[in-house]
Amino acid sequence: MAKLPTPAELAKVSYSPPAKGWMEIKPDFRPGQYVNAADPKWMEWIDYPYPRKWSVPDEDWQLPSNWKEIILEGMEDRLNRFRSLKIFFDICVRCGACADKCHFFLGTGDPKNMPVLRAELLRSVYKRYFTRIGKALGDLVGARDLDESVIKEWFYYLHQCTICRRCSLFCPYGIDMAEMTLLGREMLASIGLNIDWALASVAQCYDKGSHIGATPQAFKDMIDFLAEENERITGISTPVSYNRKGAEILFVTPSGDYFADPGTFTLMGYLLLFKYLDLDYTFSTYAAEGGNFGWFVSHEMGKRLNTKIYEEAKRLKVKWILGGECGHMWRVCNQYMTTWWGESPTFLEEPVSPITGTKFENAKVHKMVHISEFTADLIKHGKLKLDPQRNAHIKLTFHDSCNTARGMGIFEEPRYIINNVLPEGHFFEMPPNTIREKTFCCGSSSGINANENMEARMQGGFPRANAVRYVHEKYGVNHLGCICALDRATLPTLLQYWVPEVDVTGITELVGNALVFEDEIERTTDLRDRDLVGFGEEEGAEEEE
Amino acid sequence: MAVVEHQGKTFEVDEDGFLANLDEWGPEWVDYVKELEGIKELNDDHWKVIHMLQDYFKKNGIAPMVRILSKVTGFKLKYIYELFPSGPGKGACKMAGLPKPTGCV
Repeated sequence: MAKLPTPAELAKVSYSPPAKGWMEIKPDFRPGQYVNAADPKWMEWIDYPYPRKWSVPDEDWQLPSNWKEIILEGMEDRLNRFRSLKIFFDICVRCGACADKCHFFLGTGDPKNMPVLRAELLRSVYKRYFTRIGKALGDLVGARDLDESVIKEWFYYLHQCTICRRCSLFCPYGIDMAEMTLLGREMLASIGLNIDWALASVAQCYDKGSHIGATPQAFKDMIDFLAEENERITGISTPVSYNRKGAEILFVTPSGDYFADPGTFTLMGYLLLFKYLDLDYTFSTYAAEGGNFGWFVSHEMGKRLNTKIYEEAKRLKVKWILGGECGHMWRVCNQYMTTWWGESPTFLEEPVSPITGTKFENAKVHKMVHISEFTADLIKHGKLKLDPQRNAHIKLTFHDSCNTARGMGIFEEPRYIINNVLPEGHFFEMPPNTIREKTFCCGSSSGINANENMEARMQGGFPRANAVRYVHEKYGVNHLGCICALDRATLPTLLQYWVPEVDVTGITELVGNALVFEDEIERTTDLRDRDLVGFGEEEGAEEEE
Repeated sequence: MAVVEHQGKTFEVDEDGFLANLDEWGPEWVDYVKELEGIKELNDDHWKVIHMLQDYFKKNGIAPMVRILSKVTGFKLKYIYELFPSGPGKGACKMAGLPKPTGCV
């Protein structure tokens, strides 16, 4: 792995444009900047085309002999199927409103990370082969021939876009860079160009049921372990039900929550909440993954992985689905799942909270509710006894995850929960242009949270980390909250690098800390075994793990 | 897929240097990772971690979550980092011959 520069070195970003025109400059595949090529075995597992051994720094990527035809036919096919793509290609006026809105441009200073130019990498090929003016005038009108260096450029820059859509928010035409990136990645996959981190996760999920490749017994083992941890810390037994037919609710969450810290503490929070409510729910070892790295690769693959959720809901005869804290899972489930399925599933009911009777009308079509919506509703109806003092050691700021916030408008629910589980004066917002719909991406989403591209990840996450540093220095913030498992995987690494004083936490973990059970044992620590402030004998002691 | 050679044995590894096939695991591989990790001498605690990882993997098809590793061995995370400077994933799992974890991790 490439040596990671120091934060001081990486913070020196040059925004001076190069002297040469953009078409003349080719990407420099420097270690630390790119994600490795997919191992052919993953491609074989999922029956993906042109599996072969190749490496990104290789001169020869061993493309299939007819690769150019495949790409151009693929582009034509997508132009016909996605009218949006043609419109996005045609209507951009190069106003530049998006240019400085991308976290990767802000972090790297590389002009091709300006969304306007990233789109141009694809648009120039569209112009050359699909517009009359481009065919006639070529580079005079920004059209260019498709050659291998163009493909390499796509590979580089379409994997330095995290489909966060911050640029789209500022685009006066609403051009959606994420859609272009996703379709561009599909075309790359059609000639056998995939990244290993995403494809390994996809293949494992397709074959075994989760991105981490957990077998059903491992899935159960891990969640049972976390239930035991709950009992050790709170004295409350939180038994878990798996694959139970006839349960009212199917609960689906990303594998990061049951495998990796700090997501595991959030999962403990879910279990405590469900026990508190005596909720009639079940996990499924088949629909064991809420996340969907397939969507980062192609719509077809996204659909293949997603289908398991409805299939399992049908088999188990549940009434509706509750989803854990996840970002892209949520965008997929809310905005793609029903389309992929073909219709609103008739075997499910419109979700109604069994505790408050609230009808989640926003989930009428896809029949799946986000845990933050569910919990905020419980608090609103006074159904949870909460002791915010148990989170008094936490000074929190909240990271809006791109997909739940910008994608779906979940802004208020997590904040409402936070304000009810933290003592007054313990929640601090980051600057307004870095939160809510203007939130900055973690910099590592969309399947690029690998190790080998760490330098690029730290650059891409710089704007987010910078805002965290601001509230840390100004208010003493020591925790960054989020409702996304990918965030819980990527932000600890990012903050360890830029703001090591700040830890990452899920919001349901804070709920788990604050929930007061009638028959609980005396609580002296939080779910991470850290001493509480103002409880027990040693006041104010905060122990790091 | 790269190949590394150590003490006369060859091993197929992925691009992160993890062993491609657990069946190829043996003392030469352990010695190779030991040098990579800058570990002077392997003690009983190193072996306790390696054996736990392999047993869990054989039973469950996946590396254990760090907290399970910690509970079963009785070693705090900090101590595991003392044993394996690159940590439980990149250090211990690599030495034990397990594949690298993927997904939201």
